[in-house]
Amino acid sequence: MNASIGALLLAARKLLTALIQLVVVATLIFSVMYIMPGDPVLLLLGADSNPSPEAIASMRSQLGLDQPVVSQYFIWLWNALHLDFGKSLTNGYPVANYVMQNLPRTLELAFAAIVIAALIGVPLGIAAALKRGSMRDTVLTSIATIGISVPVYIMGTLLVLFFSLKLGWLPASGYTDISRNILEHFRKLALPALALGFGLAASIARMTRSSMLEILGRDFVRALRAKGMSERRIIWQHVLRNAAIPIVTIIGLQLGNLMGGTVLVEAMFNWPGLSTLLVGAVSARNYPLVQGAMLAIAAAFILINLVVELLYSLLDPRIRRKRS
Amino acid sequence: MLEVRNLSIAFKTSAGLKSAVRNIDFTIRPGEILGLVGESGSGKTITSLGVMGLLPPNAVITGGEVLVDGIDILKLPPAELRKLRGGHIAMIFQDPIASLDPIFTCGDQIIEAILLHNPIGRANARRKARDLLEKVLIPDPDRAMRAYPHELSGGQCQRIMIAMAVACRPRVIIADEPTTALDVTVQKQVLDLLRELNDEVGAAILLITHDLGVIYEVADRVVVMYAGNKMEEATTADLFSAPQSDYSRALIDSMPSLGRDAERLPVIERDSSGKVRSVRPEPRPRPASSGPIPAGGDPPLLEIRDLCKSYWVKPSPLAMPVEMRAVDRVSLSIAPRTTLGLVGESGCGKSTLSRAVIRLYKPDSGQIFFKGKDIAGLSDKEMRPFRREIAMVFQNPYGSLNPRQTVAQIVEAPMLIFADGDAAGRQGRVRSLLDAVGMPAAAAQKYPHEFSGGQRQRIAIARALALNPSLVICDEAVSALDVSVQAQVLNLLKDLQAEFDLTYLFISHDLSVVEHVSDTVAVMQKGRIVEYGPAAEIFGNPMEPYTRILLDAVPTVGSLRGGKEGA
Repeated sequence: MNASIGALLLAARKLLTALIQLVVVATLIFSVMYIMPGDPVLLLLGADSNPSPEAIASMRSQLGLDQPVVSQYFIWLWNALHLDFGKSLTNGYPVANYVMQNLPRTLELAFAAIVIAALIGVPLGIAAALKRGSMRDTVLTSIATIGISVPVYIMGTLLVLFFSLKLGWLPASGYTDISRNILEHFRKLALPALALGFGLAASIARMTRSSMLEILGRDFVRALRAKGMSERRIIWQHVLRNAAIPIVTIIGLQLGNLMGGTVLVEAMFNWPGLSTLLVGAVSARNYPLVQGAMLAIAAAFILINLVVELLYSLLDPRIRRKRS
Repeated sequence: MLEVRNLSIAFKTSAGLKSAVRNIDFTIRPGEILGLVGESGSGKTITSLGVMGLLPPNAVITGGEVLVDGIDILKLPPAELRKLRGGHIAMIFQDPIASLDPIFTCGDQIIEAILLHNPIGRANARRKARDLLEKVLIPDPDRAMRAYPHELSGGQCQRIMIAMAVACRPRVIIADEPTTALDVTVQKQVLDLLRELNDEVGAAILLITHDLGVIYEVADRVVVMYAGNKMEEATTADLFSAPQSDYSRALIDSMPSLGRDAERLPVIERDSSGKVRSVRPEPRPRPASSGPIPAGGDPPLLEIRDLCKSYWVKPSPLAMPVEMRAVDRVSLSIAPRTTLGLVGESGCGKSTLSRAVIRLYKPDSGQIFFKGKDIAGLSDKEMRPFRREIAMVFQNPYGSLNPRQTVAQIVEAPMLIFADGDAAGRQGRVRSLLDAVGMPAAAAQKYPHEFSGGQRQRIAIARALALNPSLVICDEAVSALDVSVQAQVLNLLKDLQAEFDLTYLFISHDLSVVEHVSDTVAVMQKGRIVEYGPAAEIFGNPMEPYTRILLDAVPTVGSLRGGKEGA
């Protein structure tokens, strides 16, 4: 009884920490925008057309830029809390609409990549660990090292060359909305997800291998063998569950990193995700859009980490229950 | 019944097979406990793993038979052998907490062990597991069923392991150092339990240990191993009253034993022909350079008054932190050139006390007078001159020496920190220190991994002496060493005390060792000193019930205190 209350309390504390992190990040995003050179008002009015001081002043008050910085900050934070990130400076559409449209696409790409990576990486890592020092281990470990060292744009290029240009199985780039054509949607998702996932699979495989080896060397594995348990059951029921924590950690961390790390792949495959949006917004000095997109990325990152940390306590009773 | 015939095991190395165990023979009858005793590296654990068919991949059986009820298990296919394991032959390991899977409850692990060999259904298995826990006398069996291994003590976990081992009524139980990781009082309970349970189960028990006291108390017969060979097999009574082999005699001699006061411990030596014998080395004479022995009646070198140190722990995530007094109003004093032995079970606060003295922790209250000055409240900077006066030798000589430094660098390090002398002077000092601890000069350029545990502890002692300290704190300094190596290091500590006028604070859980080295003894329990006085008085006539419990729990050769009548 006490244990479940303890677990809830632990979850509540982690949630609070996540909220504080989010506020700190939001503050950073706001200040970076404020410090950055370039006046959005001039940009908006067109610096070449020599706008009148009155026009500048009226635009300033329209955007709320004439208010003191501190109140600007709190208004922005308050609005952001209500998912109101302001309007795009270029066309006046709400930033939230852009974010809501593009965030799911990036999330989908990231999740697809991580699922591919885990599906390749975890079994490879297990296979290598079970035959430590063998030919199989050496080959798998070398492939993993290559996988980590090949940059994602090289990998992407190779994939396009092979699967689109040579075999013609998959489209080289683009995006089709899932509501229009499901099959086409996933066909276009395949290559960018593979390009992203391959390198991640390599590091997941390495982490799985070393984590498995560490657990296999523990005393309790020998004790399980002495109990007469079959090797297969020892691996699947005991070793893998014990080895899961670092594996889950690295999967979660990488998923978080993908939130901001899909830039190259999105650009390469014309995938209209958050990164594409962010790159466009930065070059157009579309500040509200930049802030909104960055905040969305940060929030997704923090949320994913929160989920991973809560997963730990499901996996490991030592985290769930403190020793009394 | 277990019968091992001519068993030989070798390790695969790059230079071919290296023999680890040669032609071992023994037989254990049902209900009998056979002790297998030997020092580390003698091949006793590898023998037991060979019997279980659990040898590491780099070890091979090069000959012999292991018969369990007449079946040679070495010839069985792996699947058949696996069925015997746990069901027919069970094993109990040294570190009980590490031998349980940390993420399953203890109950589930016992149920799993039962179901592996008896598919009687989960509900029945659960009932049986709970009965077993009652049988191994675990306090609150229902809680133990639900508990994860880290929520129980080492002794409780070993009871869980024993419950698991006897669950399928095995014919053979192999217990590999089952009590080495446990406190003496817990050790006694676990050994008693094992013996009583076996009267009921009737298994043949192979008890592997380095501790002759344990053998003396519970084993019916003993096999002594040395360097992969069987030296002797005898009934327990015969072995201790009339050991046949030189090695057995030397091993029994080198063990410090309660109530057998000897100024010097005999050590085991091998002469050029490879014969083993026991020699009692003479104390080294005090060198003339050390000057005359200072007159007695000095004020104490170290005096501790009402020292307190607490930790704040949360019993549960919800609760307010509560104070845990690790050191509770401790007062002690040590006269110069004497040894204070501090004994107590794990968690009693003895290490916290020693770390407070060396000011690794700041005490909450109380005073620590060192040479008459209170150092309890000094800042790190004010403490610095005192740091050269107090040195420490730690328990684990494998962990306390930097593996990337040569022995010369390790021993020189304290002198470098205090910028003592020039390079040539420091090198000379390193040489004389290594000589003082009995290490050859050639050792200076080698790395720690090239030395055995006993040699490493000598290096650690040389480092402790580098700055000419007056107080040396030995925190379980010989606990990780084999009996014969322990004897050498204890002799060395005594020699160095006379040579360098050292004062020791000697912390140990081993009462026999403490009795051997100490002038005064303090017994610590739950943060408090419960008894404190001259060693002879405390060991001869303990006043406190706790001291008596501790003394009674020590398995002792040559006494009937442990309760094994007529052995």
